[in-house]
Amino acid sequence: MFEDPSGRFLPDGKRFQLRQGPIDLIIEAFGAQDQIARAYENAQARFQTILINLAKELGYLRKDLRYSNGSPKDSVAQRMVEACNGHRDNFVTPMAAVAGAVADEILDTMIGSADLTKAYVNNGGDIAFYLSRGSKLNAGIVGSLELPKITATCEFLHDFSARGIATSGWRGRSYSLGIADSVTVLAKNAASADVAATLIANNVNVEHAEIVRTPACELNPDHDLKDRLVTRRVPKLERVLICKALDRGQTVAKSMLEAGLIEGSFLYLQEEFRTVGEIPGQTMSVK
Amino acid sequence: MSDAGTGKENGLIRCDACPVLCRIREGMTGACDRYGNFDGKLTRIDPVVVCQKLLDGEGDLVPFVGASETWDGSLISDAPTFLTGIGATTTYPDYKPAPYIVASEIDGVDMVTVVSEGVFSYCGVKVKIDTDAYIGPEPAAIRVDGEQIGHVTTAEYGSQMLAIGGVRHLTGGTKKEGTVTCNSMMRLCNKEAVQMTIDGGAEIIVQAGKPPIINGVQEERMRVGCGSATVGIFAPQWKEHVDEVIVVDDHITAVLSEHQAGQFIDMKPAGIRVRGRRSTLGRYFQVADHGAGWGGTDISDPLEIIEKIDPKIAWPGLRLLMVSTTGQDAAWYVLDEDLKPQKQGMPQPVQKVVDRIGENCEPALCTVMFMAGAGGSLRAGVTVNPVRLTRSVKDTLTKVTCGGAPVFVWPGGGITLLVDVTEMPDQSFGYVPTPALVAPIEFTLDRKLYEDIGGYSDRVRDLGEVVGELDNVRAVPWAGKH
Repeated sequence: MFEDPSGRFLPDGKRFQLRQGPIDLIIEAFGAQDQIARAYENAQARFQTILINLAKELGYLRKDLRYSNGSPKDSVAQRMVEACNGHRDNFVTPMAAVAGAVADEILDTMIGSADLTKAYVNNGGDIAFYLSRGSKLNAGIVGSLELPKITATCEFLHDFSARGIATSGWRGRSYSLGIADSVTVLAKNAASADVAATLIANNVNVEHAEIVRTPACELNPDHDLKDRLVTRRVPKLERVLICKALDRGQTVAKSMLEAGLIEGSFLYLQEEFRTVGEIPGQTMSVK
Repeated sequence: MSDAGTGKENGLIRCDACPVLCRIREGMTGACDRYGNFDGKLTRIDPVVVCQKLLDGEGDLVPFVGASETWDGSLISDAPTFLTGIGATTTYPDYKPAPYIVASEIDGVDMVTVVSEGVFSYCGVKVKIDTDAYIGPEPAAIRVDGEQIGHVTTAEYGSQMLAIGGVRHLTGGTKKEGTVTCNSMMRLCNKEAVQMTIDGGAEIIVQAGKPPIINGVQEERMRVGCGSATVGIFAPQWKEHVDEVIVVDDHITAVLSEHQAGQFIDMKPAGIRVRGRRSTLGRYFQVADHGAGWGGTDISDPLEIIEKIDPKIAWPGLRLLMVSTTGQDAAWYVLDEDLKPQKQGMPQPVQKVVDRIGENCEPALCTVMFMAGAGGSLRAGVTVNPVRLTRSVKDTLTKVTCGGAPVFVWPGGGITLLVDVTEMPDQSFGYVPTPALVAPIEFTLDRKLYEDIGGYSDRVRDLGEVVGELDNVRAVPWAGKH
């Protein structure tokens, strides 16, 4: 009945793509050829049951963690719950960490099965990566999908503790309660970055008559946000409102930083930019 | 692979392509964005995988959104497949060969299509709005978010015309004016609704292919013409059945028996005088204003417009039809012994003609034409000698298209084109921060000619090869009348 998970090399012959349902992973491993091959093989094998097992836990995973009992059996689901636990003072469902958790699981499979110098798993922009001593990862951050250019770059070295990057914003695939064009978070793993980016982006917000919001369930009847209002359109805002919205998000990001839940964050709204935390090798491109 | 889902519940479709088992609402996609619910059917909308499967020789046929036929593998090599410039990106500086120069065979002739997205700093949008409602004086400024993006230009038949964009609003004014102008043009070209205000005029919402909304009122139909045009068309069809027809309009109201059209068919004078200012015989200005009443005027009772009935001319039993120029409002009166119009049921032969007026009214629409010059450095991506490309276009040896849609090329210098955005695929337009609009453009010409005009023959690649390699291909049904 279901389409099988598929795996194939991309035309460059280096990156490997694993897909099933909403999961679309681009993975890349670095090191000796035979180790890379082993890593991809194991990743693909692990991938065969990722979605089908995760889907069995959807009932639990779509619930507000504050009111949930027990814990899930599936390992990806467990990663999601663990990443969200630090945030359960407020409304949060484990779904906020799903993309990052899948990335983390596949990455751990790769590095656990092969000897690599570097590796990453990119799940639609939510990225888990591994760095050995002496290797580095350069990341480019696109502030707004409407204006696709690299707004900032950062360079990750082994001694910086971040190993996960995630981005959230109302223009992306997932729904947001806020109006940020994008919030990118660096954290100790992708699942943690994922939930943090989601929650910070939810808090980049102001009231404005022309912001269009719709109950999430009207768009997707099974959505974990239920009847909460998700952003569908944001008009051009006056600078004072942009700053107000970013201030709110920035406050939330700062408290996450202080609680050790994130390593850093970029917040972007209509060409206004904020950063939280000390991000190494960070450059901002000229607008 | 599922192509039907597992069932519907209140308009929702359950997709069974993967374990998530999304329930999808009409017009939405599932969590993967690769399956959606369109017209109540579960539809795959991910052509990348389809292309791959076809080239690898595996996989089932998959219907595309909007396509009435299933994608047949041979389409890539045999049947007409056209690679548009949408998403092609552009090469910069312009003298680098365009991103895709593809060769295919059409009707046994070897053709080359040069595909690019052009960055247009010199471009605009011409809008035709099917209405006679007053939207503002010529040449009033048109504004979005307070910034001027264009002006009202000279009106045409049954239409108000707007001239929007142009290099001066894009780059000659403030940065905000430029950005708003660019963004408004992009949205109009992408067939989105754009709200604008006109200085000294109305607030309008324009959307390509949709009825205009003027001061909150959606225009329904174009009138068949003014009152005078209406009698000019239908007079002979009424002749035996009426003694007088008054066609009520907010511009020219016509009185049939007085009008040349009525005189030509020997109608007797009826003696019914309407208010307003008489222009030529049977044609009256200022009888009514535009409004929400009868036939788009501000009249609720048509008898209001009758100033007097001359007892020396009119007669008891005189049959009077009053009708609007949209055919939507009509009333039938017969004068009684005191020459007072008494409303009665309309006879069938008269009703037929009234209905025919309505039938002749087309729906009122907005038309958005993208107008741009491709005469600059963009041509250098096609050939080392740009003027030869221009000449070949002028000689109609090279066909120019935008997103595959046919364009009109203005006579005169340069390659200045005009294209109906509704003929282009959705979301064909983007922008860059200059600000400038980004739009697809393709030049198709005979391969030999391409060499003759100095084309980059070593960059020509086979269509099938290019399509197979692309990471993200969106296939749409051919818009094509060509």
